[in-house]
Amino acid sequence: MAAIINVHNLVKDFRLGEVPVHVLKGISFAIERGDFVAIMGPSGSGKSTLMNILGCLDIPTSGSYTLDGISVGQLESDELAEIRSHKIGFVFQQFNLLARTSAVENVELPLLYTDTPAADRRARAHKALLAVGLSARADHQPSQLSGGQQQRVAIARALVNDPGIILADEPTGALDSRMGLEIMAIFQQLNRDKGITLIVVTHDPEIAGYALRTLHFKDGRLQQDERVEHPRDAAADLRALPEEVAS
Amino acid sequence: MKKLLTSSRIALRALQVNRTRSALTMLGIIIGVAAVIAMVGVGSGATERIQAQIQSIGSNLIIVLPGSISSNGVRLGSGGVATLTTDDAKAIADECPSVALTAPTVRGGVQVVYGSNNWATVVQGVTPDYMTLRDYTMLSGQFFTTQDVDASAKVAVLGETVAENLFGANDPTGQVVIIKNVPFTVSGVLTPKGQSPTGQDQDDVILLPISTATQKVLGVNKANAKAIGALMVQAINPQSIDQAIQEMEALLRERHRILPGLDDDFSVRNLTEVFAAQESSAQVMAVLLGAIASVSLIVGGIGIMNIMLVSVTERTREIGLRLAVGAKRRDILSQFLVEAVTLSLAGGLIGILLGVTTSFAISYFAQWSTDIGVLAVAVSFLFSALVGVFFGYYPARTAAFLNPIEALRYE
Repeated sequence: MAAIINVHNLVKDFRLGEVPVHVLKGISFAIERGDFVAIMGPSGSGKSTLMNILGCLDIPTSGSYTLDGISVGQLESDELAEIRSHKIGFVFQQFNLLARTSAVENVELPLLYTDTPAADRRARAHKALLAVGLSARADHQPSQLSGGQQQRVAIARALVNDPGIILADEPTGALDSRMGLEIMAIFQQLNRDKGITLIVVTHDPEIAGYALRTLHFKDGRLQQDERVEHPRDAAADLRALPEEVAS
Repeated sequence: MKKLLTSSRIALRALQVNRTRSALTMLGIIIGVAAVIAMVGVGSGATERIQAQIQSIGSNLIIVLPGSISSNGVRLGSGGVATLTTDDAKAIADECPSVALTAPTVRGGVQVVYGSNNWATVVQGVTPDYMTLRDYTMLSGQFFTTQDVDASAKVAVLGETVAENLFGANDPTGQVVIIKNVPFTVSGVLTPKGQSPTGQDQDDVILLPISTATQKVLGVNKANAKAIGALMVQAINPQSIDQAIQEMEALLRERHRILPGLDDDFSVRNLTEVFAAQESSAQVMAVLLGAIASVSLIVGGIGIMNIMLVSVTERTREIGLRLAVGAKRRDILSQFLVEAVTLSLAGGLIGILLGVTTSFAISYFAQWSTDIGVLAVAVSFLFSALVGVFFGYYPARTAAFLNPIEALRYE
């Protein structure tokens, strides 16, 4: 398998007043197409900064980052936006859905910034909602949905552009364990069935247990890179949970 | 173009989602535009009415009144003595180069009778030049001629108010009316002029040849058979009014043998000057009203900027999200710009409707004439669009240059 992400000697410095802070101190790794990677580490380890760079929201101070054959190193903000628009889907801890806007319109959002004709947008948004099992709630507003359902809408939004990669930053952080499992089950299914490369930031080792590979960061360096021996199956774990009274 | 369409759709959707805020933001522009249109309407209506009244008096007019002489220390008021004569009128017309026309007049109140109807009105004895000088036209029939004046013919021209009160809807031309027991044949009816600048009904009048009026109706002045009540003079053009006044004063003092140092035994009034002052004060009012209203339009624009800035802050996460999912800076910029312009244009349209309604309400309830100019409407609409762009640009730029990472993390 070809590497979809290739990071070499990545450095990121911030300036806090006069003092430069070295957040990433020379990181190198590659992620294969179709992999499912969990990024772990304590706060301050630089994992959020790394995510921002991987997501093309930020650019490194030095070092190279190649995404799907494109050197993202020092692109302009509009060029980065173009890459985000076509290659990357984002899932956030706080869902970040637009209030007072229906689920299907929320899912449509990324398509507004592409050349997709208006008629296709709605159809693709419905298809993405179907993929996360929320077709029936297409016209509901975020306030009418549970946290897990909101996160599924957010996943549908990340899917709608058919990206090669989905980046998820603590996607289960705001959810209880059942809803968290539902999300991980969807991720595993997307990874397996559609071959989407998944990168999930989490501090929860149990969540990381559903990934195929974990990267541990500490103090701005990659400390440990390991294959998960026996990845757990979120769907099976979900079935094993005791039935709850209708949620 | 397609991009603009998309950002318009996004902007409209965002405005729809925040209905109350959108309405409140528009309120400033609505009130501003409505105020501009209503105030400019009131102002130009007033100016226009005064202009129409001045037109109705006639142009470049000077009035010469007899009177004010001292006799053994007793000073009599203007018009108290018959010092002005038809000969003076003729001399002024002949000898003053800046004078175009003169029209000697006499006037008095009479009761006029037709059949079983009668009506109290004013009789004015005039010459045919009076018609030219006052810019009269005929509604029906004809004005009398110089021959009629020379022959003291018993003909009368009626003002519309008189005609209506005596004849109703019928045409009085050729009928006979009785004034002071003298029968007069009606030769025509004047086209109505409406109110004078001082509020008098200019159509409540009967015009007779000046000779007939003095001899048959008002009675001959015992002291001077040629005495007249007033002399109306028209200067050849607006610039020569002052010149004409000087020429007349010199001529009259000479003809009346007034020694240097003594008071004139006549008085001269420049009507145009009086009304021009009225007109210019009305224009100043119109400009002032418009200026004050424009200030409220600018305040409305600042209101839009305020709300848009608040809106950008409040929607920081939304902007961060849009940037994260692939919106470019110009997408965000045009979204917020379109939002601001839409608000100000919609506000402008509603404001125009409200302003026009207010103007009609003012002219209906306060009986003020208002005049809604197409120009005022077009300018305030255009101005509200400019307000949107001008006051919308800064907040839109602020939004477009947010850092997506910080915006997403914004609480």
